[in-house]
Parts: sequence; C-alpha cells; structure tokens
Amino acid sequence: MQGILSYLIILLITAFLAPAIINRAGKAASWLLGLVSVAGFLYLLRFAAATARGNTLSMTLEWLPQLHLNFSLYLDGLSLFFALLVTGMGALVLVFAGKYMQPYPQKDRFFLLILLFEFAMLALVLSGNLFTLFIFWELTSVSSFLLVGFSHEKPEARNAALQALLITVAGGLSMMAGFIMLGQISGTLEINELLKSGELVRSHPHYLPALILILAGAFTKSAQFPFHFWLPGAMQAPSPVSAYLHSATMVKAGIYLLMRLSPVMGGTPEWKYILTITGAITMILGGYFAYSQTDFKKVLAYTTISALGILVLMLGIDTNISIKAAVIFMLVHALYKGALFMIAGLIDKSAGTRDLRKLGGLFHVMPEASVAAVISLLSMAGLPPMIGFIGKELIYEAKIGLPEIGNWLMVAGVLTNVIMVAISFALIFHLFGGKLRYAGRVPTRPAFALWIGPAILAGTSLLFGLFPSTVADLLLRPAITSIRPAIDTLSLSLWHGFNEVLLMSLVTIGAGITLYLLYRKVNPVLTYFNNEVITFRFANAFNRTMDLFLKLTKKKTSLIQSGYQRYYLMAIFIMTSVLAWYQIYYTWQGTGINTGLTPAIFEILIAGLIVSAAVVAVAVKSRVLAILSMGAAGYGIGMLFLIYGAIDVAITMLLAETLVLVLFMVVVFHLPKFTNFSGRGSRIRDAVIAISTGGFMTGLVLKAGQMDPAGRVSAFYTENALPLAHGKNVVNVILVDFRALDTLGEITVLVIAAIGVAALLKLKSKKGSAA
Amino acid sequence: MKSHIVRLAASKLLPFTLLLSVIVFYRGHNEPGGGFIGGLMAAAGFVFYALAFDTQEAEKKLRVSPLTLIIAGLSTAFISTLPALFSGNPFFTGEWISVTLPFIGKIKAGTPLLFDLGVYLTVWGVMLTIIFNLMEE
Repeated sequence: MQGILSYLIILLITAFLAPAIINRAGKAASWLLGLVSVAGFLYLLRFAAATARGNTLSMTLEWLPQLHLNFSLYLDGLSLFFALLVTGMGALVLVFAGKYMQPYPQKDRFFLLILLFEFAMLALVLSGNLFTLFIFWELTSVSSFLLVGFSHEKPEARNAALQALLITVAGGLSMMAGFIMLGQISGTLEINELLKSGELVRSHPHYLPALILILAGAFTKSAQFPFHFWLPGAMQAPSPVSAYLHSATMVKAGIYLLMRLSPVMGGTPEWKYILTITGAITMILGGYFAYSQTDFKKVLAYTTISALGILVLMLGIDTNISIKAAVIFMLVHALYKGALFMIAGLIDKSAGTRDLRKLGGLFHVMPEASVAAVISLLSMAGLPPMIGFIGKELIYEAKIGLPEIGNWLMVAGVLTNVIMVAISFALIFHLFGGKLRYAGRVPTRPAFALWIGPAILAGTSLLFGLFPSTVADLLLRPAITSIRPAIDTLSLSLWHGFNEVLLMSLVTIGAGITLYLLYRKVNPVLTYFNNEVITFRFANAFNRTMDLFLKLTKKKTSLIQSGYQRYYLMAIFIMTSVLAWYQIYYTWQGTGINTGLTPAIFEILIAGLIVSAAVVAVAVKSRVLAILSMGAAGYGIGMLFLIYGAIDVAITMLLAETLVLVLFMVVVFHLPKFTNFSGRGSRIRDAVIAISTGGFMTGLVLKAGQMDPAGRVSAFYTENALPLAHGKNVVNVILVDFRALDTLGEITVLVIAAIGVAALLKLKSKKGSAA
Repeated sequence: MKSHIVRLAASKLLPFTLLLSVIVFYRGHNEPGGGFIGGLMAAAGFVFYALAFDTQEAEKKLRVSPLTLIIAGLSTAFISTLPALFSGNPFFTGEWISVTLPFIGKIKAGTPLLFDLGVYLTVWGVMLTIIFNLMEE
C-alpha cells in the first residue's frame, strides 16, 4: 500500500513537472507522460492476483482522528478495477493528446491539468475514508472545470465550465452532508468499517435523508436526469478531455460511489425505486437525444448519458445478475466510448468538422481509425463478437422476471438498445462507408499517435469479447465480489444457447436496423422538433435560475448594506446593547451595587475629568475641540489603568490615543466645514443609543464583580507564566505564547484593515485623477 | 508644518524613540512592554517625523516601505510557530534555548520572542500604512 501511496505522489509531482517536460522534450513528451501512466497501470496490475483471492489492502494516516478524519487508502477488487481503468485510459489519452493538442496555445497547462485530474481520480477510487474520497471528488470537479473551460477565450466554453462546476459542486456539498450523517449513524468514516455496518445504517431513522443527500452527489456527477444537461455542455472541452473525463472516468465517479456504498445503503425499497426510476428516465432521454443529434460529439455525449442511466438502473435493480451486468457494462462502455470520443476528435482534426450531415466515406482516408471505430460501434450496438454483446445480454437478463414495473423497464431497455443499434449503423455506414464526402477542406490522413489509442481500445473490446474468461477472473469477478460478497463465480461467454434473452437481442437488432434505415428521414424531423417545438432547455432553465438568484442576492445586499458607516455602527451598538442588557437583567444577583472599592480623592478627580471631557466632546461646535476632549477622556482612562496596576494596558491606551488623535487631526483637514447636519430627532435617537451602550458597559463591569472567581483562568496563567513560558510579564506571555494563535489572527486582521484603507484611498485618488 | 523647532525636534528625537521602542519591546517579556506597544511607539516616532516634514521624507527616512514591514512582520510571526513542528511538539509550542554570550552572560532566546518581533514589525507597518495614506490625501 505504501507503494501505491508513493505512486500517487509521483503522479502529483509529474503533473506539476508536465509543463516543463512538454516545453523541453518536444514530440516525445506526451509519450513520456503516458509512460508514467503505463507504469502505474502495470504496478497496479500486480495487485490483481491478491484482490482476486479476496484480499484487501488498506493504510491509514491519521489527520484529525478526533473527527474521524483520516487520509486512508483502501484497495479491493472494485477499487482496483477503477484504478486500472483510470491509469490505462490515462496513458492512451495522454498519447492522443500529445498530437491533438499541438496547435493549441498553453498546451503545457493542459497537461498539468489532465495529469492533476488523473491523480485526483486515481486517489478518489483508492480512498479508504469517505472524507478522503470527498476531497478528491471535489478536486476532480475543479480540474474538470478548468479543462472544460480550457479554451477560455470562448464564452461558450466558460459558461459550460461554470455550469458543470456549479452542478457537480452543489451535488458534492450535499454529498458531504450525507457523509457526515452516515458517519454519525455508523460512528466511522472508514470504508472498510462502514462495509460491516450496513444493517445498522439501513435501519436507522436518518437513513433516507442521508441516502438522498449522497445520491444527489452521485447523480450530479454521473449526469443523471434532471442534472444531465451539464454533460453535453462540457463537450466544449478538447476531445481528449471528453474521452477521458466525460465518458470513461469522471462521470463514472458517481457510479463508483453507488457501487461502493451498495453493500452499506443498497437493497432497500427506497434505494431500488430512486435508482431504477432515475436511471430509466436518464437512459431513455439520453437515447432519444442521441438519435436526433447531428454533431458526432453530441451524439456521443447523449449516448454517454444513456449509458450512465443504464448503470444506475442496473444498480437499482440490485440483483446478482444486475450487479454483474453493471460492472461488465462499465468496462464495455469505457472501452468503446473512450475510443469513439478520440475518433470524434481525430475526425474533427482531419476534416475540420464533426457534422454528420456533411461527412461520409472516411474509410478511404483513415482506414485504421475507421476499423477501430467500426469495432467500437459494434460493441456499442451490442453485437457479437464484441464484449458489448455480453454486456447487453446480461443487462437483458437482469430485467427479465422483475416484479412490479419490471415489464416497463424491459420495454424501455429494448427501446434504448434499438436506438443504440440504429445510431451505430448510421455512424458506420454514413460516416465511414460509402463515397468520400467532406465540407470545406479535404480530410487528411491522421497521425499514428491519434489512431493508436482508439485502435488499442477497440482491439480490447474484440479480445475481451472473444476470450472473456481471463478478464472475468482477474478483474470483473473481484470487483463484483466487492459489491456483493455472495457472488463468487462469474462465467462469461458469447453463446448462451437459444433463450428469451437471445430472442430479445434479435428483436432489438431487427428493430434497430429498421430505425437505421429511417435515420436519414427521421433525423431532420427530430432535429426540427427538438429545436423548434421543445422550447424548454434544462441548461437555459438553469441559467435563468442562476440569474434570478444573483438578482435576488443583489437586492438583499443593497437592502442590508447601506454603505453609510453611521448605520453600521448604529446596528452594531443597538444589537450589542440589547443582547447584553437582556443577559445582565436575567442574571443579576441581589439588589445592591458593591464594588468593594474606596476611591481616593485624586481618582474621583480623574473620573470627573473624563466625564466632563466626554460632555464637552458632545456639546462643542468645533471639531478640533471635540477631538481634543475625546483624547483627554482617553488619557484619563489610561491614568486609571495605571493607578490600578494594569501598566501594559495603560501604555497601550496612551499610545493608541496619541496615534488616533493624530489620525483624526489628519482627516479633519479634509472634511467640509462643520454645519449642523443632524436635526433634533436624530440627536435624541443617537443619545438614546449612546446612553444604552454606555450603560450596558457599566452594567457589565458591575456584573463582573458578581462573577464566581472559582472558574477564573487567571490563576493558571499567573502560576505558569514563568515555568512554562519563561516570562514574568503575564499579559505579554498570554499574548505571545499561551494565546499566540489569537494574536496571529489579530495581527492578520490588522494587516487586512491596513490594506483595505490603502486600497480605498488609492482607488479614490485614481478616480479623482481620471475625472 | 514648516517650524524649524518642530523639524529639529522630530529628527533628533527619532533615534531615541526607536531605541525606546526596541527597549520596550525587549523588556516586554518580564516587565511591562512588548511587541504591540513597541510597534506603536516606533510608528509614533515616524508619524511625528511625517507631521514635521511630510510623508515622502518620512518614508525616505524609513528606507523600506511600510508594506515591507508588514510582510516581514507577518512572515516572522508565522515562521516562529514552525520550529515546534520539527521537535515533535504541537504547532505554536514555544521552543527555548539558552545561550551563554561573553560579557553579557546567559540569555534565553525562544520562538515567542521571535513571534513578538513579528507583532512589533506588523503593528509598526500597519499603523504607518494607515496614517501615511491618510496624510497623503
């Protein structure tokens, strides 16, 4: 496990070195970076034998154990499965991006971000503590934001990035609340301990709220209805990002979380209903919109949404077969969709457009990429001998014989697959088959680095379809066992014999081909229908809500924040004195006031001086005189401190008074001539506020005399100042040693105040010079 | 203020004010004083100087900008909290060493003293930033 931690650290360091490597190493750079991923992939593969035997590895670094906050890693079949996906896809995408990103400005920054994402995603799936997971979850959201908005000079890219960020982070926050609840229910945030406390969690009265909060996180991340709309928007990102984050890995984080928590929270009716219904709606909706798109990348985005819906649906059905189907379909989808997104980027690069209506016969230009695309599309359609066929057969099998809404799920599932078949055939024949068609410029033959990634993925789709038992034993079965320990065998094969499932597959293919033949006729109608008839757009509704929210906060702010200092001071004084009076009134003991002091005659004189100086300050018409009298009052108070032995306070008071006096004097010169602005009413109001504020301070001081001295901390400080802090001045020792953190906070506030003053004055003088 | 007496007083008094502020700062550990008061005193000296001449002159006399004082102060205060981490103690623990110097004798030096120096510099810089900016208005 230490080795895995080291690899994570190496990956993080590589991310920050990436810009330098990209700028120095030239063409070899992305291959070098890909090699780091490959190394991780091979290293992780070594653990496969152990996890296949059912072993788990974990390590914990204590962070804040009092709050169950630990940095933990946990490796079992499920996390290994995802970790291999992240590193394997990462390597291919990095190589692809090395060529693809060449003309982009700031491509060094791109590699930093995508490696940072790889680090965060890998750490997410290896996390052994829900808070460790949460932190990396948010880190993937942030890196996704930066990558979607990579072409930041385009406003659409910025908007899409912000939208994706707001939705996933809002979900992430509610997920955090759910994690906290889960932690309170079970008393732990460690995943390996949580896995044992499933029954306790499911029977707890707070189970449902915790479930809903966590699902909000998983559904936003995995683009489930009604949060699905950020994913098509995120297609603004460069193609490597779409292939990596928005099809193969990041959007699967929500699925990962559902799989991870399935033994803890799954199996209840609530879990089944919410997941099944959400997944089914997402699946159908994604399929419909995919069929009616004309941009290759948008088609892929919507089929991704549909696939994510299928995964959630499978986890919601929650039977042995459906869990198997979910894990296998995870792999199937990552393989074909990653390849197809890269091919979409490659076509864009080669032909200058991704519009399906304008392109055709690309096989003549890019034979290797076309073969890879066709294999991937066949896997998407669920045709033998690709692994997609096995995945789809299992999905069908999972839906057979379900109670209640089972029949409807069956219909929805077949319909979605019919659409997938139609889309696959349409893409195969229209995009790659037939005569060469293009718009604008002649498509060029893509470079090796661009088609090698899709080719490897497509080859894997085919290989796993032909020889499914190797991958089943090594990776899939351990992952499935992690979700559901009862399953300990998994046998996959292309041929199941004649049964209900095969019949349904045949029906699907037949209907799919029919729908494909109608594609040219139906697609324009649907496009028209989508654009003109359905005026409701989730993305627009979201934007309108955001605008409304901003307007509301602006109104609220201008209502509360008047901008006049006198009103702020008034609010502070009124609130403080009301609350303090309330408290003094209810806790006052006895009736008499006994200060226990017999003041000397000169002390009374000083007090008299303070009072008369204060009266003068209020009454005089001259500003300078008012300031001087306030200074006199301040010095008087300083004298009293001196007499009663608080020498430090006295010195500070005298110095502060002096400096404030100077400050006032400096400011006074700039003020307009003194005129009597305030009327009688406001003067009375101010007097009331002033008297009640002064009164509560007096009350507070008198109250202090009634307090129980047993709970005082001063004794501790006096006794320990010298032995513990080597100082005789208790006040100073408290400031710089016992309560040094407070002092650090205070001086930081001072600095912020100083910067604020400087900024305000500089801003004003700049405006003045401009005008 | 173009009074020769005030200007003379300001320029002659400045070194003594600074010396006093340093003494007040240093004795703060055992007797009344400390970084906060010392910083205020040092600021007061320069404010007096700026009143007698002007802020440009005062900043020239200071050699560094008040902002540099702030940065130095806050960093010093923060850095003083770190040595504790290296000796396995919690953040912010005061670490002390005693050094025997020739002629002066044994003195104790510790991170709280460094922390107090940070407070001294920060308060000094903050006061000067605020007052100089207002005076320039």
